[in-house]
Amino acid sequence: MTLLAKPWIWSWLAAAIAFGLTLALTSGRGAGELAYAALSFGAFAAIVGMGQMLVITLGPGNVDLSIPATMTLTATLALKVMSSDPGTALLGLAVALAVGLGAGMANFALIFLLRLPPIIATLAASLVYQSLAIWSNRGLRIKPPEGLADFSTGRFLALPNVAWVALALAVVVWVVLERTVWGRWLLAAGQNMRAARLAGVPVEMVRAATYLAVSVFAGLAGYLLASFSGGAALNMGAEYLLMSIAVVVIGGTSIAGGASNVPGIWGAALFMFLVVSMLNSYGAGAGVRSVLTGTIIIAIVIAASTRRVRA
Amino acid sequence: MTALARYRIILPVVSLAVLLAATFYMQPRAMSYFGLNLLFNLAVPIALATIAQMMVIMVNDIDLSLGTFVSLVACITATFLHDTPLLGAAMLLALILSYAALGALIHTLELPAIVVTLGMSFVWGGLALFILPSPGGTSPVWLRTLMTVKPPFVPMAVVASVIIAAVTHLLVIRSGIGTVLRGVGGNARSVARAGWPLVRLKALAYGLCGLFGVLAGMALVGLTTSADANIALRYTLLSIAGVILGGGEFIGGKVSPTGAVIGALTLTLAASFLSFMRLSPDWQIGAQGAILILVLTARLIFSRKGSVA
Repeated sequence: MTLLAKPWIWSWLAAAIAFGLTLALTSGRGAGELAYAALSFGAFAAIVGMGQMLVITLGPGNVDLSIPATMTLTATLALKVMSSDPGTALLGLAVALAVGLGAGMANFALIFLLRLPPIIATLAASLVYQSLAIWSNRGLRIKPPEGLADFSTGRFLALPNVAWVALALAVVVWVVLERTVWGRWLLAAGQNMRAARLAGVPVEMVRAATYLAVSVFAGLAGYLLASFSGGAALNMGAEYLLMSIAVVVIGGTSIAGGASNVPGIWGAALFMFLVVSMLNSYGAGAGVRSVLTGTIIIAIVIAASTRRVRA
Repeated sequence: MTALARYRIILPVVSLAVLLAATFYMQPRAMSYFGLNLLFNLAVPIALATIAQMMVIMVNDIDLSLGTFVSLVACITATFLHDTPLLGAAMLLALILSYAALGALIHTLELPAIVVTLGMSFVWGGLALFILPSPGGTSPVWLRTLMTVKPPFVPMAVVASVIIAAVTHLLVIRSGIGTVLRGVGGNARSVARAGWPLVRLKALAYGLCGLFGVLAGMALVGLTTSADANIALRYTLLSIAGVILGGGEFIGGKVSPTGAVIGALTLTLAASFLSFMRLSPDWQIGAQGAILILVLTARLIFSRKGSVA
């Protein structure tokens, strides 16, 4: 299998092209800063993207629309518990992960007990989470504790700390998917749920674990994003709904399920940031930027599909 | 099966009736011409958007760009359609045609609709920002007159909902082409074997989605009198919820236009209901979610009983 045949190479190529085109304008100045910013902002997209990837791998019809609401809710509650007191960062993290876990359980309960299609179950649940966040937040903006804010905007060995977190998570997800029986079960369930069930895969367990994982990831992303940007906002998760699905698809994960791709998620997450900064530096307004982003997403999907047909 | 088919429409009707009765109980003054109009005014564009979403769900796809599309239409209506009606109308027509082209593209290249429409949501949103960078614009006078007309006895919102439901019921359920379109959702291959060109059918379904999306945007501007680029972003999720609430299903071409309109009315009412209960407006969005879950739970119980009978 040559390098070009790897599905993740395309998102990295696209990211590299966007990076190069941006730097062409400044004739190479600011490369370090741009890469640093891309890694910082890409980290959040990568974390939620990996969660969404696991869900989409489960097969057609599986998608989590509650990611933005879960992010907002976990961030709001975590910051409320910490209430800017120093030394509460770990407590806040625990709260964020626990709220994420709770949201995941609620989502899966709706899917499993009420047999709702995942799209509608996570959609309905997300409306409730959004209301909970509004109710508990009351429009107040609580600052994260100083240590936590320093950590989330700081760097270690020249890379942003949030990028280290997302990279570590990517390694864990990759190992779980490629090297553990649970990962094989997930892929098997995504390729043919009935066959997997008949082969003795505990399909419902796998689905439950996946829906819990995506919400926990969203919780982590919400916690980090709120710390990074100096507080939780009610619309902080809004752009991550489309973002999470877009990075999964651009990253070479099959939308039909059964084939996931961790390196591609990172490439796509960097690309999504770099393409916006590229269009920005070429002086494109918000409208043009958005139109071009959409066109590029569709072009990549078409390119990926023609590649599949030829192969 | 007959029991199940009957339940499919009974449940949305019952849930709307229960919610309406509860609202009247809380606030008897809502039981008037003026009250009903206030309650359901904003339901008209939502009902049209729900019908648009239903056209795509009917052929087993899903449209994640509908909210941005309706926003774009609203922006065009409040600017070009008001200032230069001919140009505005041509733009709206082009939008409908591009929706049809999108349907053909998705079918021919076997693209996942969820991703293509996701990409299109960026495109529509960007165009809307381009046309109307800051909130503003003016509704065309005739549109404003149409949306605020006061028919005798029954408020405009109710009349409009009945008309929308009747027209789409004729189109989707009673007409020949509607049956074929639902067949595409049921079993695309058998429809193709029967000699129907699938590309054109998909294009037609998406074109209808575009048409009703355009109507939704125009109706919205007629009510709000101005537009902004984010005016209808909620419609994507609301329309999906409305279709499902009205008894539709994601696969199999099982949709109900009447149910979809009723679903849209129920969701609109759910938001107002809480203000009558004097609960904090924080919970308005949550109430829509809770009612969605409640109705779907009821549906599960009914359909189990139906399959036993």
